Amino acid sequence: MLTDFFLKLREGGVPASVKEYLILMEALSKHVIGGSLDEFYYLSRTCLVKDESNYDKFDRVFGAYFKGIASTPETLLAGIPEEWLRRQAELLLSEEEKKLIESLGGWDKLMETLKKRLAEQKGRHQGGSKWIGTGGTSPFGAYGYNPEGVRIGQQESRNRRAVKVWDQREYRNLDDSVELGTRNIKVALKRLRKFAREGAAEELDLDDTIRSTAKNAGWLDIKMVPERHNSVKVLLFLDVGGSMEDYVRVCEELFSAARAEFKHLEYFYYHNFLYESVWRNNRRRNSERTPTFDVLHKYAHDYKLIFVGDATMSPYEIAYPGGSIEHNNEEAGAVWLQRLLDVYDHAVWLNPTAEERWGYYESIGMVRQLMAGRMFPLTLDGLDRAMRALSR
Amino acid sequence: MKFKGTESYVATDDLMMAVNAAVTLERPLLIKGEPGTGKTMLAIEVAKALERPLHQWHVKSTSKAQQGLYEYDAVSRLRDSQLGDGRVHDIANYIVRGPLWDAFDSDRPAVLLIDEVDKADIEFPNDLLRELDRMEFYVYETQKLVRAKYRPAIIITSNNEKELPDAFLRRCFFHYIKFPDKEIMERIVDVHFPNLKKSLLREALEVFFEIREVPGLKKKPSTSELLDWLKLLMAEDISPETLRGQDQAKIIPPLAGALLKNEQDVHLFERLVFMSKRAR
Repeated sequence: MLTDFFLKLREGGVPASVKEYLILMEALSKHVIGGSLDEFYYLSRTCLVKDESNYDKFDRVFGAYFKGIASTPETLLAGIPEEWLRRQAELLLSEEEKKLIESLGGWDKLMETLKKRLAEQKGRHQGGSKWIGTGGTSPFGAYGYNPEGVRIGQQESRNRRAVKVWDQREYRNLDDSVELGTRNIKVALKRLRKFAREGAAEELDLDDTIRSTAKNAGWLDIKMVPERHNSVKVLLFLDVGGSMEDYVRVCEELFSAARAEFKHLEYFYYHNFLYESVWRNNRRRNSERTPTFDVLHKYAHDYKLIFVGDATMSPYEIAYPGGSIEHNNEEAGAVWLQRLLDVYDHAVWLNPTAEERWGYYESIGMVRQLMAGRMFPLTLDGLDRAMRALSR
Repeated sequence: MKFKGTESYVATDDLMMAVNAAVTLERPLLIKGEPGTGKTMLAIEVAKALERPLHQWHVKSTSKAQQGLYEYDAVSRLRDSQLGDGRVHDIANYIVRGPLWDAFDSDRPAVLLIDEVDKADIEFPNDLLRELDRMEFYVYETQKLVRAKYRPAIIITSNNEKELPDAFLRRCFFHYIKFPDKEIMERIVDVHFPNLKKSLLREALEVFFEIREVPGLKKKPSTSELLDWLKLLMAEDISPETLRGQDQAKIIPPLAGALLKNEQDVHLFERLVFMSKRAR
């Protein structure tokens, strides 16, 4: 029962497990809901989907699966007197539509075709209700006599509201490949948390105190430990200006989330690619620059390196000395990047351009190669993968 | 008995379904949603509607799963032993019950709220798997098994600050409270301020949704902020006309501080309003 639906959900990318499916079955057997599809939609969603980012996937699968079921006409239609069906339809159709039906040979002919269609369908698709359901190519759709009309004949109008709920796909923007708000970024960055005890001993270490008190023949011997906090250190390099203008907002969001999340966050800006100097303040970028060597020497190798940049530029800017568009650089950008990567084992490149477009730019391919494939798109999903790569 | 919302709480159909499924099947219900959409209130209202006692456990970043079950107060036992108190010989005197124990021990089915489960350490939910599934736990100090007399309805809220482990999620029902639309919002306000002037309400709601639409706000105002704002508007007796912004001298809606909680947001909002006024 409903196994197909369950399997379809898994195919559609909803990570539902057997346990959750069994809970749904249990709920059905305990009559949590009546017979309506509407209620079933809510119940199955609350049982099977455990994250709002999967709501949209669920809606899509549910819509596709039950569109067929809800408009299965063969069996139900057989029991309905044609006379009654006609009356219902007449109530529904406007004058123009009725005229249109007349012009196409009248109601009888229409019903005739419909019946023929249904018979034909049995032969061609197994239970092929979808054929009528989608009806895009069927003449019925063209008349405005759509499957909804048939459904009213089946007294199932209550389904229409439910269909609407999932067809609206309200949770579309919660899908994690699309939206990126600061809060979501913070959640993604949290993957990088690593707790450690550092600094002054301020907390009572109860276990140790008890142990040493016992050893001390019952006389109190208090032990203290430092408090736990997030000890991850991050070096962030951000590309500014030029082609990055389009991605200012998403980068701002990432930056503010990172600032809130990491206690040890050092950030620097660069333009297009990394050379012998970077800067911290864009307004004074010409007067106050930090040599990249200083960065290498100042921050220990346990810092995690995150580059943010679209990496779309001329290949010369990466591979050749003097290739920079702003100044005459003595050494190629690739050399500088390699220097950084030699010091910092954990590094990723976040790219705000869409992943499917990466193949069109040669420079992106070069940077990916330099980064040993550790380039990720600047979406929630990409961030997630990047953080996993960093914490490895 | 089915949960259908209460006099002071408006529940949507899908929320009711989730609550009823969780209560019927005696499994935990995980509630997520924007801050201020009434996640914590839900447990209180469910307890009220089903006439069950409510036990609350507010989770903090330092909370341990064990604290929900019980705590062994070793320090006071140690102190008592140094002072030669007679109670020292029975370890049960130093076992402090947690909210989970209280809920399990209740003589009739209870409601247990585990608030903001995502605030705690990443391992926290994993440490509660067996307790939530079997509704029993073992007290090592006294060698006693505590089992729920009646499985309580457990409502867990999360603000999405941390991802919860799959094994934990699989044991729960899940519901995401989405931000209410205008119609639901009117019902919510109606429930809280039944005698609010209709026109004032309509104007206020329009202003409220407009503010939510402003791009770039750090923290969008939510339902609870709207309710606070309305309270203020009522207290100040502000007329609908003022709200509609006929008064050109005033740039932002009166008492907007209740809606915008962030200095940058207020600045941004002022700038936008100023620009749109000039454009007219």
